Amino acid sequence: MNASEKAGSIRFENVIKNYGQVTAVKDLSLDLEPGKLITLLGPSGCGKTTTLRLIAGLEMASAGSIFVGGKDVTNLTATYRNVSMVFQSYALFPHMSVFENVSYGLKVSAVPSAETRERAQDALAMVGLAGFGERLPSELSGGQQQRVAVARAIVLEPEVLLLDEPLSNLDAKLRRSVREDIRAIQQKLGITVVYVTHDQEEAMAVSDQIIVMRNAGIEQIGSPRDLYLQPVSAFIADFIGDANVVDCDISDVKDGIAEIQFGSASYRIAIEGEIPTQSRLVIRPETIRLSSYSESCRISGEVGYAAYLGNQVQYTIHTELTDLFVIDNRMDGYFPIGSRVSLDLDDSRLCLVEV
Amino acid sequence: MRRTTGLWLIVGFFGYCLLPWYMVGDGFLSFSWLSEFGAGDTAPAAFLATAQGRPWLAPAGLSLLATIPIVLANGASTRRAWALIAIAGTGLVMTMLQGFMIQHFPDFPFIAPFLSGAAQMQPGFGAGAAVTLIALLFMITTGVAYLGKGRADAFVVGLIGLIVALVGVFVFFPLSQVLVRAFELPDGSYALTEFVPRFFSSDIWSLKCLVGSGSCGPAVNSVLLATMTGTGTTLLGLAFALVFTRTFFPAKRLLRVLTVIPIITPPFVIGLALILLFGRSGAVTELVADLFGAEKTRWIYGFWGIYLAQMLSFTPIAFLVLIGVVEGVSPSMEEASQTLNADRWQTFRDVSLPLMRPGLANSFLLGFIESLADFGNPLVLGGNYNVLSTEIYFAIVGAVADPAKAAILAIALLSLTLGAFAIQRRWVGGKSYTTVTGKADSGQHADLSPAVKAACYGTALPWAVFTAIVYGMIIFGSFVKLWGYDNSFTLDHYIRAFSVDFTNGIRWTGVAWDSYFTTLSISTIAAPLTALVGLSTAYLLVRQNFAGKNAFEFGTMLSFAIPGTVIGVSYIMAFNVPPIELTGTGIILIIVFVFRNMPVGVRGGIAAMSQIDRSLDEASITLGANSFTTVRRVIAPLLGPAMLAALTYSFVRAITSVSAVIFLVSAQHNMATSFIVGRVENGEFGLAIAYSTVLIITMLSAILLLQLAIGRRRLRRRDRLQSPAPVRSRLPSLLPAGRTK
Ligand SMILES: Nc1ncnc2c1ncn2[C@@H]1O[C@H](COP(=O)(O)OP(=O)(O)OP(=O)(O)O)[C@@H](O)[C@H]1O
Ligand SMILES: [Mg+2]
Repeated sequence: MNASEKAGSIRFENVIKNYGQVTAVKDLSLDLEPGKLITLLGPSGCGKTTTLRLIAGLEMASAGSIFVGGKDVTNLTATYRNVSMVFQSYALFPHMSVFENVSYGLKVSAVPSAETRERAQDALAMVGLAGFGERLPSELSGGQQQRVAVARAIVLEPEVLLLDEPLSNLDAKLRRSVREDIRAIQQKLGITVVYVTHDQEEAMAVSDQIIVMRNAGIEQIGSPRDLYLQPVSAFIADFIGDANVVDCDISDVKDGIAEIQFGSASYRIAIEGEIPTQSRLVIRPETIRLSSYSESCRISGEVGYAAYLGNQVQYTIHTELTDLFVIDNRMDGYFPIGSRVSLDLDDSRLCLVEV
Repeated sequence: MRRTTGLWLIVGFFGYCLLPWYMVGDGFLSFSWLSEFGAGDTAPAAFLATAQGRPWLAPAGLSLLATIPIVLANGASTRRAWALIAIAGTGLVMTMLQGFMIQHFPDFPFIAPFLSGAAQMQPGFGAGAAVTLIALLFMITTGVAYLGKGRADAFVVGLIGLIVALVGVFVFFPLSQVLVRAFELPDGSYALTEFVPRFFSSDIWSLKCLVGSGSCGPAVNSVLLATMTGTGTTLLGLAFALVFTRTFFPAKRLLRVLTVIPIITPPFVIGLALILLFGRSGAVTELVADLFGAEKTRWIYGFWGIYLAQMLSFTPIAFLVLIGVVEGVSPSMEEASQTLNADRWQTFRDVSLPLMRPGLANSFLLGFIESLADFGNPLVLGGNYNVLSTEIYFAIVGAVADPAKAAILAIALLSLTLGAFAIQRRWVGGKSYTTVTGKADSGQHADLSPAVKAACYGTALPWAVFTAIVYGMIIFGSFVKLWGYDNSFTLDHYIRAFSVDFTNGIRWTGVAWDSYFTTLSISTIAAPLTALVGLSTAYLLVRQNFAGKNAFEFGTMLSFAIPGTVIGVSYIMAFNVPPIELTGTGIILIIVFVFRNMPVGVRGGIAAMSQIDRSLDEASITLGANSFTTVRRVIAPLLGPAMLAALTYSFVRAITSVSAVIFLVSAQHNMATSFIVGRVENGEFGLAIAYSTVLIITMLSAILLLQLAIGRRRLRRRDRLQSPAPVRSRLPSLLPAGRTK
């Protein structure tokens, strides 16, 4: 199947969703390219599921317009949208066999039965469950049920596939392999996938683009790399990976370079466009280099806590300004609790965010 | 847009142009209207409006015509949706209006000229009108769906519209007619001022019996009786519940059976059995007279007789409610109390009983309401003790028919039951301490203290024996020639009722066959319809969100709080005249059953559907199934037990119900219960009781058949699956499930 042509773009124009007094999504606008895997990431209750359900047509927007594949679907019910969904609970029909589950969508769309059979078998094979057709969902393991749910959704060759926390019921090992499978299927079919997750590592691992949501709105959209290296806010910096977000003074800005004071040290940071008047400095823990204390260092501190994790050591360092979280993965030395250390920051890996 | 609206447009034109608009005298299904198609009153509206000069029937047809361009237009837009709503809405409203205006206000200045001379009464709406109006209704709802309301789902919006319309026409409209009638004066005019003095007149509310000078008004009698019954059934029910859950009483299954039988017993049958026991020539009366030379009295006809009958009828309901309550008391609370060194009696008094208090109050109110609404027992045993439900009946069928009085009494009764329901929901409903938490609660219930145990056994067991004797009476009495006078064995009653003559083919010669077949066919039609309406409503309540959902729920549950007598009165007041003229037909019986019993289907459906994960429907919908397909293929198969319960319940209720039915039966469509009541009034107890026995056996077999048909099939392959959990509302728990929430 040459599905990449079928892949649909998704566009929201000022979409609002209210549940009575609660605003679950407020004034959301976005434009997603077809054929990409996009994750919705954010803390609990920020509106991810609601956004997904708005795309599916399971909720109707209170205001604004929604387009899928360039077509206005704002007032179109879920039945007639070319969008499939994999539910967190899988939502397999308990009274139908695996095969009946997978062929359900084809059957209700009146696809001829021979073709239905073939396509359902193909979909089951694609998720590695050929031969499981006669079983009932209750006779499958959690991971297998999850695959059936995926097969059931992709068999319809939808323009957009939605997944709401598809891996949250699986154990850590299985999560890794299933998420890779999902990515592989997405690549193979070339469809647009919108994927909701809580887990930022999962999001980083599979996405082309990540949408970080917060308080019913979008905080930042970008590739995993953009989000990590160029967070727009302290919230993002903290949410995507670990970060020390600390106060600093901006002493000078010119030619796209900001000069900032952090304690007695000063650093030069490349910036794009305006910088917010009130900024904070983001220091990623793995960019801090620790060495034995020397008089000449710019920042010094005392090891408050050290945790040896095998492939890295995590430190909490008390400095005169603030506590810093440091990850040392070079593993070329170990600083016991109470020892004094020097800290080196790499100018090129620092960035500024809005307060 | 095109598909759905196009379909309804065709249906609408079919109704408007091809079906007889008005009721057909000898019944639509006689198809006599086909042979003289287009002539006289049996013509379709298209003919009536044009050839026969009845322009007031034109709006419906014109609005159908006007929607054609919208239906044919490609694509949906908000403007088109609004236009569709406006046009179809106008047609619907104008058509309803003309029906009522011509009937009730033919002289109204704005319409009289339009009616020209033709202000002669029209017959009531018939098949054509019904089909056309429904088509217009669905065009409106489809338009609303295209505005993006109700998740833009035409099926859902249509279902909401349909149920709102049905409840409006068959619950609220009749009630409004009772209200209107209550303001009517004897000369036919209406006055607001007369209502208050008449409503509060001493005829209804007199308290004389309390001060010992004469008899009380029926309202006071009803309340007294209801209070006594509520208290009595609650105490007895509690005793049974404690025996059932907290002791090792060996014959628990038997107790269960005793609690199910009353549900399938027509309400007056207990009264009948009591007459056989305690009447002037009753078995016990004779015995006591022989042994002690006591005078034979008619004490059973009056307060104590009704009270006894109601206790027998409603104790099972209290029992079923209280089993849940007693079981709901968390064992760990009792264990906690015992570890604090309380003995068993102290634990019961200080912990268990207070925790059960809301449940007890609930059970009391249910008994209270049941007693108020009870019609069969007071009718059979009433004597001089007048209660509201029977007074309403006599105001309609008595020597001097007085609809205004019936209406006022009905309002009194309705206020009492609605009041009790309001109290139940407000005051008891939210205050349950015994809710089941998600936390697994193991542990042992405390044993009963010896005193409590003795008290429970001492009341429950004799009562169970008594109940068994009463039921034994029903079977026994049907084989006795003339009760009390000639106690020889006979099959005469059965033969008279159910004889069949095979000489020239089969001839149903027994006197009961007519009403028996009517009852069976009407119940068989009504049961699936009730289940359908009830479960559809439940689906909307559980699965859909829409504006006005609370009002919708109230409206659909309201008919539960309305005593059958009030429904009966309201139906004859509302549906005796055009435009909706249904009295004398079988349809009105079906309708009354559907809307009276629907709330139980709703409750059962809600309970069952809440256990089916919502994402199952959503999955189906995102897979391209529409809501209708989803309901059919995903929800309905998972609703097996609830469907069975709703079916069984509505079938049984349709067979046993007497209060509403007795107003609505006709010579052509007589129901078993009203036939039996007629025999009782003639003193033909043997026949009456033989017929009742056959009814009970019929219901038992029907229940078993339904269980077999639906129950087994579902369980065959699916019994291994864990979700959804089986629904608890099997037959025995039906009543409390319906009434507690
Ligand atoms: N049906 C509803 N009625 C009322 N409020 C709702 C409803 N559904 C969601 N909400 C509210 O809308 C907000 C967003 O909910 P949503 O389910 O989209 O969050 P989420 O980001 O998916 O959270 P989680 O990560 O916990 O799943 C929440 O505050 C929630 O309480
Ligand atoms: Mg969510």
